[in-house]
Amino acid sequence: MSKVKGFLSQLLLYKSALIGLIIIIFLIGLSIYTVITIPYEEATRLWRAGEQYWLDNPRNALPSWVNIFSQKRLPETIILSTEKPQVGVSKAIVSAPGERFSIIKVKFSFRYEYDDFPSEINLFLKASFNESNPHITIYWVKPGGEQITLKSLLISRETMYYISNDDRLAEEIRGYISKKINRTIEYEAPVTLLLFAEEDNSVLKPDTAKVMKGVYELWIEGIIFETKVDLDAKLVIYGKVYGLAGTDHLRRDLSIALLWGTPIALSFGVTASVTVALIQMFIGALSAWFGGIADTVLQRVTEVFMVLPFLPLLIMISTFYKFNIWVLLAVVIILTVFGSGVKNYRAMFMQIKEFPYVEAARAYGAGNLRIILLYLIPKVLPTIIPSIVISVADFVFLEAALAILGLGDPLAPTWGKIIDDAYEHGALYKGLYYWVLQPSIMLALTSLSFAILGFALDKIFNPRLKEI
Amino acid sequence: MFAGILKYILKRSIILFLTVVVAVYITIWIANMGGYVDEIVKSDILLSVSQSIRQNPAFKGLNETQITKIINEVYNNELKKIGFDKPFIYRSFIYLKDAITLNLGRALFLSSDSGSKNVRIIILERLPNTVLLFTTTQMILFFIGLFFGLFLSRRYGSFLDRLSVLLAPLSSLPGWFYGIFLILIFASLFRLWFGWGLPYGGMVDAPPPIDKVAYALSVLKHMILPVLSWLISYSFINVYVRRTFFLMFSSEDYVEFAKAKGLPDSLIQRRYILRPTLPPIVTDFSLTLIGSWMGAIITERVFNWPGIGSLFYAASVMFDTPVLVGLVVIYAYLLAATVFALEFVYVILDPRIRTGGA
Repeated sequence: MSKVKGFLSQLLLYKSALIGLIIIIFLIGLSIYTVITIPYEEATRLWRAGEQYWLDNPRNALPSWVNIFSQKRLPETIILSTEKPQVGVSKAIVSAPGERFSIIKVKFSFRYEYDDFPSEINLFLKASFNESNPHITIYWVKPGGEQITLKSLLISRETMYYISNDDRLAEEIRGYISKKINRTIEYEAPVTLLLFAEEDNSVLKPDTAKVMKGVYELWIEGIIFETKVDLDAKLVIYGKVYGLAGTDHLRRDLSIALLWGTPIALSFGVTASVTVALIQMFIGALSAWFGGIADTVLQRVTEVFMVLPFLPLLIMISTFYKFNIWVLLAVVIILTVFGSGVKNYRAMFMQIKEFPYVEAARAYGAGNLRIILLYLIPKVLPTIIPSIVISVADFVFLEAALAILGLGDPLAPTWGKIIDDAYEHGALYKGLYYWVLQPSIMLALTSLSFAILGFALDKIFNPRLKEI
Repeated sequence: MFAGILKYILKRSIILFLTVVVAVYITIWIANMGGYVDEIVKSDILLSVSQSIRQNPAFKGLNETQITKIINEVYNNELKKIGFDKPFIYRSFIYLKDAITLNLGRALFLSSDSGSKNVRIIILERLPNTVLLFTTTQMILFFIGLFFGLFLSRRYGSFLDRLSVLLAPLSSLPGWFYGIFLILIFASLFRLWFGWGLPYGGMVDAPPPIDKVAYALSVLKHMILPVLSWLISYSFINVYVRRTFFLMFSSEDYVEFAKAKGLPDSLIQRRYILRPTLPPIVTDFSLTLIGSWMGAIITERVFNWPGIGSLFYAASVMFDTPVLVGLVVIYAYLLAATVFALEFVYVILDPRIRTGGA
């Protein structure tokens, strides 16, 4: 116990080790939190759910916290639904007594105080009726009280009106505003801008256009020639920021993959580095202890493995089998156990096996396995703990690298996957930096924490340079 | 004495050669993917045979069974022609013989930019790109490590020295990772801020400049970010390792003695520190250099560099066995030759070995 305490106090002498430890503890905490709050099945299901599931999320939205740092307040997503009663939503379906028709009135109102335009606007309609489809008209009311007719249409049981994709509407409002300010809007202004813009000369250029702040309304008025009808509407004003981590091209919440990436990276990295080091050490010990033919064979096998191209073989095997991340881990371990590490360990054991205490052990009749496991390996173990800790970083990055090559577990949401998606969809060209930066920072944080801890441990366990 | 050396060299070269043979043979087995690649090849042949026969006007009048019979006949002949009528275990040795004699054959799916299916041409087209990029990188890294390592080892405990120790963990992030950030800054943000930036990737502008000088400059421009990403990533650890290495040697008794004799620092450095540490450094460098010629799959993908790494990647995902085997054979030979050559270099560099003391 006192030994552990002494070791810890020695370790904490190094500030870098302290920082590394704190980050690692934080990452472990984050992993535990993730595993408890979002079960793995749930996470993979959400991650693979497809765009329909995430339809209420904005596409490629920045994380919400950017609003803290930016002077421009970027819009959050506003969702108003008649299915969830809330302030600003009202619905009335009246069928006059004796008459054979009903009148539908839905009113959404919301305050829009952001400095930027929304990214998209969609209206989802769900109607229940027997035979005759409801006919509705949708109006938009700006804070000034001005009313714009968006569309009149017959709706089916499920109708989606992608307001922001309505090019005809854009054309109309553009003409209307142009007429109003007596200047022509030259560029192809999107609906999102036109519906929310201040109607003065600023609208003439996309970068000067200003948001008209205030209370907006959207009305749905309809008529249906039936009495037992219902209509539910959901208006989604998609923002430009979302949640803790933003969203990707499929509107998925990136925080799921960012969170789940932590336990995956940690377990992958730690398992791989520890297993590989232990097996390599064991092989090295066997080779050094037995010598002769065993040594020759093991050394030749190691040399053969050193010639084999590790990554291409791994790529081939994982393209062919498409297995999950744990089988991948096993393959990684199998392909690395005969790595160059074996040679280093063998060299270390060659020296140790000549030590008097080993000779003494042999003299009193200790068996080969006993000597290897209890006399040779424990002697080397402390000196290689630092390199085990440091190599965690390599394996964490290996997993990310495989994901970037489009390999690895097709289901697991990992950091590498996010970087791959971002890269594939030109995040760097389009300026969607958050998409690349967040998983990269997590990756860097994980590897750096292990690396600085490893370097500090190296100074404690291998103090060969201290006396110089 | 001379016969002893000859015997030793002979033994070493046989062992090296056997290592190459075994490694190549294992690659042939793995790259065949348990017969999967055979199936692809067979179905490809069947498809092309049946297409050419069905479209052949000479066989128009025949009925279905006759056509099937002809197709089968031609198909079996084709298989025999490429040796597919024999079991894989038999063919694997033929492949091995071809590979070892550098008779690399034709690619299954890939082809070179010039349209050739010849594996040798495909590989030789990519090799210079990778050698250019990574030899430049490794040379710079080598000299940075040597120079700063030596410099810091003589200022042990100074601010710069402690800084280098502090920064060493930064090398735990791989080159391609820094590459992403460099692209973000120098390609993407620079274009945003200054309207001009370094290329996102690739090796030369599109379309490639015709003028030779302009072409070279364009390649140089595309090399900046990949080289820089590796320098950032691996300089710290390189300097750290060299510094530690030199430090251990500079505490040797003969260095102390040289100091006590009052020899100038530069002489001590050259003759008493650099000289004895040269063999391991040269070994390390040459092996790293040869290894780097196999390209860096991910760095080349991030920077879209048309090198061996990209070829390795393409060949692995398409299961193009001949290309993979070809790459491994060339690498194995290069590595074996380097290891072999190093034994002689050792003799030249280390007088202790020369006199037969070791």
